Amino acid sequence: MALEVDIEKRAGGFHLRTAFSCGEEFLGILGASGCGKSMTLKCIAGIEKPDRGRIVLDGRVLFDSEQGIDLPVQKRRVGYLFQNYALFPNMTVRQNILCGLHYEKDRRKKEEEADRVLELLQLKELETLRPSSLSGGQAQRAALGRILVNRPDLLMLDEPFSALDTHLRLKLQMDLKTLLSGYGKGILMVTHNRDEAFRMCERIGIMSRGRMLTVKKTKELFADPGSREAAVITGCKNIARARKTGEYEVFVPEWNVRLTTGKAVRDDLEAVGIRAHYFHPGTPRNAYPVTFVREMEEPFEWVSEFRYEGQDPASPAVWWRYSKEKRPARLPERLGISPANILLLYPES
Amino acid sequence: MTDWFPLYNSLRIAAISCVIVFFSGIFAAYYAAKLPRVLKGILDVVLTLPMVLPPTVCGYFLLLLFGTRRPLGKFLLRFGVRFVMNWYGGVAAAVLVAFPLMYRTARGAFESFDQNLAWSGQTLGLSNSWIFWHVRMSACRQGILAGAVLSFARALGEYGATSMLIGYTPGRTATVSTTVYQLWRINDERGALFWVLVNLGISAVVLLIVNLMEGRQKAG
Repeated sequence: MALEVDIEKRAGGFHLRTAFSCGEEFLGILGASGCGKSMTLKCIAGIEKPDRGRIVLDGRVLFDSEQGIDLPVQKRRVGYLFQNYALFPNMTVRQNILCGLHYEKDRRKKEEEADRVLELLQLKELETLRPSSLSGGQAQRAALGRILVNRPDLLMLDEPFSALDTHLRLKLQMDLKTLLSGYGKGILMVTHNRDEAFRMCERIGIMSRGRMLTVKKTKELFADPGSREAAVITGCKNIARARKTGEYEVFVPEWNVRLTTGKAVRDDLEAVGIRAHYFHPGTPRNAYPVTFVREMEEPFEWVSEFRYEGQDPASPAVWWRYSKEKRPARLPERLGISPANILLLYPES
Repeated sequence: MTDWFPLYNSLRIAAISCVIVFFSGIFAAYYAAKLPRVLKGILDVVLTLPMVLPPTVCGYFLLLLFGTRRPLGKFLLRFGVRFVMNWYGGVAAAVLVAFPLMYRTARGAFESFDQNLAWSGQTLGLSNSWIFWHVRMSACRQGILAGAVLSFARALGEYGATSMLIGYTPGRTATVSTTVYQLWRINDERGALFWVLVNLGISAVVLLIVNLMEGRQKAG
């Protein structure tokens, strides 16, 4: 394992307790703002000091409270792409890149390496510009170039796309993914955007209130987030308390429906989650009569709110989201769910 | 023939005190910005006090410190150093009054500095002192230069503390501002007006330099 982290830190009323590892992979940390994602990165980089714990990178101990080891930031060899890219404003793009090459004493090699990276990141024409005249995407590439020439043992990306216009994000995500494929080192990305995490990461850890709830392969995580909090963070819109009534059956009192599940239900079931996309008018499985409350049109989808027959009036309406092409002439009277699409949610261990 | 000594004396006092204030102000501002809040508040009051106190009160304190019958004054006298009635006493007075200007503007600049810049430099393996001189100072240069120029101007115009500590001796301690007062006192209106004009000229040049620097900063 490239990186192993097990740390604890209290700051004000906030309590960070997190343990995870990251191999030669693209690992995401997904969580709402203020959940401790950035604090975790800062602890790994050495900008923040944990109260106790241990951080090991490729066998090098970066931090160990018991052995009294706390390497200075400069010695950790950890690349950190800041949310605002943190390019030095008084220097040109080229000078910024050369800052990452300060360890190279041979002047000719230094310039050659700078040229190589400027070409690779399509920054050659921009090399004499200062950061203030760069677009968000160009600044991101320049900051990334400065880190890449520095050859860190771990690359950390802190909300790398949040400073960019929405319409640019998708392209830059694809660019970054292409650029970093086969990078050969661990990459740790922090984000609050579940789509971004899904697109970029091989594995994702869910972080909430200073704790890492679960770390799973991306698709497994979305298929089975495991807990209510993780389901919310992966964007599950419909979550309701439920209890086990059979090995493959649960009852949801708020909705007044009995659902057949794809997976065997454990006794300590807390709730079920159903993603808004997973209701289907055609399927006979778990199909119950519904009444539509209101709906809203999106460019390519419809979003509807409905209630089950006999649903607890105090409980929130249920969301259904479907592609416009699938819009029936008349709204359906019953909606079903495939058993495999019912998320079983258990209490946090 | 005009005796140019007051101008020479004022300029050397202002220049030397400006250099001293420049470095000590930056140093104090850099470390004050890192202190915990309560301590920072207290230090802030102490370091800024000379700015709001009447210069005569500053002069009084300087006399308490450097007076030849006071412990420090006596001690310094053993090495032949006497701040009282000597031109370099003017430097002490100017440093005291100009320091808060440098300290406050530099601190303001440091506080608005984007800490991510320093952190990103550290993660690249750049040394803290390199980051300080090449990134922090550079990003804050507008505030720091403004502070330096203001301190220079303030030092140049110092009157109250200076006149209390070094008095007015033509050819020895006379500065532009003390000369204006002396000449006015002895009814030499023409002489006073001449030095007033000199003072106006210098101040205008200083402000012009500030504006030029700001203009270039925007263009660059």
